[in-house]
Amino acid sequence: MLELRAITAGYDRRTPVVRDVSLSVEPGEAVGLLGPSGCGKSTLARVAALLHRPDSGTVLLDGEPVHRWRHRAPRAHRTAFGVVFQQPRLSVDPRLRLTDLMAEPLRATGRRNEIPDRVAELATAVGLTPDLLTRRPHEVSDGQLQRACLARALVLRPRWLICDEITAMLDASTSAALVAAVEDYRAETGAGLLAVGHDHALLNRWCGRLVRWDDLGPAA
Amino acid sequence: MAETAVEPRWRSYGTRRRSTRTVRVRTSVALVAVTVLAVLLVPPLIQLDQQAVDLALKLQPPSWAHPFGTDDVGRDLLLRCVYGLRVSLFVGVVAALTATVIGTAVGATAGALGGWFDRGVMRLVDTFSSVPHLLLGIFIVALFRPGVWPVVVSVGLTHWLSTARIVRAEVLSLRSRPYIDAAVSGGASRWRVAVRHLLPAVLPQAALAAVLMVPHAMWHESALSFLGLGLPSHMASLGNLIQTARGSLLAGQWWPTLFPGLFLVVPTLAIAGLAGAWRERINPRRRSELML
Repeated sequence: MLELRAITAGYDRRTPVVRDVSLSVEPGEAVGLLGPSGCGKSTLARVAALLHRPDSGTVLLDGEPVHRWRHRAPRAHRTAFGVVFQQPRLSVDPRLRLTDLMAEPLRATGRRNEIPDRVAELATAVGLTPDLLTRRPHEVSDGQLQRACLARALVLRPRWLICDEITAMLDASTSAALVAAVEDYRAETGAGLLAVGHDHALLNRWCGRLVRWDDLGPAA
Repeated sequence: MAETAVEPRWRSYGTRRRSTRTVRVRTSVALVAVTVLAVLLVPPLIQLDQQAVDLALKLQPPSWAHPFGTDDVGRDLLLRCVYGLRVSLFVGVVAALTATVIGTAVGATAGALGGWFDRGVMRLVDTFSSVPHLLLGIFIVALFRPGVWPVVVSVGLTHWLSTARIVRAEVLSLRSRPYIDAAVSGGASRWRVAVRHLLPAVLPQAALAAVLMVPHAMWHESALSFLGLGLPSHMASLGNLIQTARGSLLAGQWWPTLFPGLFLVVPTLAIAGLAGAWRERINPRRRSELML
């Protein structure tokens, strides 16, 4: 269970982007968070993934409150989340080949021996052909790069997936393929999903429960 | 018709621009190559003693036997200049490398850790920057006996500040990119983020700063030696050569000052030109400045 309670967060304490927002995701549940551009969805997603310390409020992970964020968070907590961002170009290190990109979390957590199998398996799952894997980010399209980003997020088998507008930059068929890959993974592992977006039709089809940003505030 | 008239003009403008740039780059490359070759090959290949004193031939103007003339104790100035350049270039390169390594380490650590550590380190950098480099350099040199290494240490320890600033700014801008978030979420430690993602990204900037630092460090070495604080005076360095030549300049003997001066100016301009071209490649937006 992932629970966000009365979260206030932002980049300047005087003008928080997210004010007093509460949200919870059950294991295996797919929650779609729908909101207009610039409302603070992405900030909330970063808080949920333990990447941004909220100014106030509590994040509960399986009932345990989280006190530490980013590097200070225990590695097991951080890697429990697979995060996919909106802009694939900005969310990859431009120097790494696609294979290294996908294998990076395995290297960082000292599981090098799993790299060949896991990368091959995930490349198939997200629909990347072997010739793409040796390329660098500038040599592939946004869609192909986003597939690699999804693979990177799945490589450590996270219990929660945070997808922040992952299809915003992509065409319909790539979007469908990515959503299908996420759903395959969830069917296999029972991971929870928090999908953030502004596309009502997509999130409605994708997620079991749809939450509107306006309903999250203290009034709700 | 109008189109055909306009297009060639555009083209010729483009090629002229590009060709001037390559001429500049080629000249710089050639000069740097000649300098490095001269400095590396002349001492082992030409078995002449740069210290050989011949008082009968003192202060001879340039001639075929001595193309640069001789100094006040009859030593061949061309040979002295090459040896001097050797020492100055060595000091310049080692000091620039030292400064860059210190600057990159400090800047990257401050930028990556942030918080009070960053603030403290940057205030320290500001404090050091407020003291003129040369003054601080003189202070450090004065602590040791004259020699090459005190000069290297002095220049190295006073010149990492700007590199630290550049690297820190770069790291700060990189730190907020989503790919760092992704690395954190993927379980990467601080160290791993720094070494795997941040350092490779700032390396081109740091290397450029190092190259730009070489001529700067050479000038500092010359300045210290000119003030009589740097290298021991028997050692041919460009600063020493210019310093000892001061007296003869007033007596109308121009060659002991001019040639070491040219040996200082030309290689430093060549290195700066090369670094400028490189900077244009990695950062085309800042085309106009040429930092020395």
